[in-house]
Amino acid sequence: MGGRSMAVKSNLTNMVLCLFTTCLVCGAILAGVYALTAAPIAETSAKILRASIGAVLPEEGELSEPQEASLAGQTYEYYTLKQDDEVVAYAVKSTVVGFGGPLTLMVGVTSDGVVYNTSVLAHSETPGLGAKCNTDEKFMAQWKGFDTTEKILSVKKDGGDVDAITASTITSRAYTQAVANAVALAASLKGADEADDADDQDDDDKDEGGEEND
Amino acid sequence: MLMTRMMMTKMKEEKKMTKFQLITKGLVKDNPTFVLLLGMCPTLATTTSAINGLSMGLATLFVLVLSNMVISAIAPVVPDKVHIPVYIVVIATFVTLLQLLMQAYVPDIYATLGLFIPLIVVNCIVLGRAEAFASKNSVLDSALDGIGVGIGFTVSLTVLGLVRELLGSLSAFGWKIPGTGDGMLAFVMAPGAFLCLGYLMVLFNKYIAKK
Repeated sequence: MGGRSMAVKSNLTNMVLCLFTTCLVCGAILAGVYALTAAPIAETSAKILRASIGAVLPEEGELSEPQEASLAGQTYEYYTLKQDDEVVAYAVKSTVVGFGGPLTLMVGVTSDGVVYNTSVLAHSETPGLGAKCNTDEKFMAQWKGFDTTEKILSVKKDGGDVDAITASTITSRAYTQAVANAVALAASLKGADEADDADDQDDDDKDEGGEEND
Repeated sequence: MLMTRMMMTKMKEEKKMTKFQLITKGLVKDNPTFVLLLGMCPTLATTTSAINGLSMGLATLFVLVLSNMVISAIAPVVPDKVHIPVYIVVIATFVTLLQLLMQAYVPDIYATLGLFIPLIVVNCIVLGRAEAFASKNSVLDSALDGIGVGIGFTVSLTVLGLVRELLGSLSAFGWKIPGTGDGMLAFVMAPGAFLCLGYLMVLFNKYIAKK
């Protein structure tokens, strides 16, 4: 079996022909597989997205199609949840710069400014440290029902009410910022929805918190 | 260095081997990770846990076996001056195929390994086996060789991942040892990868490869 030698001597014609044929065949195979997997891939990513929205919003209600809005120069994708034709909650896809790269969250905010829940869509934080924002139960649980009208959306080190992940202040700050952005967007959307609603709350409390550094 | 190693393997392969030896040599004597030190980038980067190591190993195994078989089949008609580009195109095709399939059917694993899957193309184990073995041997032998080296790589990565997971996050295959805390985080990060790899290499070469 062993010791088969490379038989073909190269000349321009057979080199071009060989490369052309190889690329053509490989290209055709890939095109075929791409066509076959395009639908399942789209389905899977849609399922993941739906699951992540479902995790951060109340179960009852009618979910809207993705919509876009911008605030402070950043464009967000968001979904609304309607009950009896009234928007009760928003799910906002919020991206900030974390410690190791972009940190993308799905944040569910009810129309009265309470964070329903949050989930991480994508991150590239340090394993064992910042990556805990996706696994640490204590850190994740505190977002459930975080009332932005009563508590300050800022990590404790900066004078807020958010318990940071140990040794991962930058990730925790980024996470908090992403939630704050989402809350601000939800507030502005609500403000636009109900223009007559005079006392729509803004994120002033967040800014106040920053002054109380320890 | 790579060339010398490849030549050494080439010389070893001149001797005739039984089918069984074709498989086992990739596991122990020519273990790609602990003996030949090939494919270090995915080895260091993906072994943060046993599961990740195992998945990366299996992904490489898939590409290795298929590309070995195809390259072995087409080698006799490929002009020698363009054989490397042709092999790379074949390998890249299988890697892209694998990427699409993983994205469609195992999105969870794809989410953790996604970044490293395209890098299999430049994993020198794959091209190394194509050059040193598949281009000179029959399709069946090349498939067996791919299985052997692939399993060797998979086992090495799983063991390395398991050790790092145990030390770094006190869990095994995602199962957390009850009542334990955080573990030594350094082992989940890059320095721990080098440390673990070094010590495992010493142990492997002292107790297993020598026998």
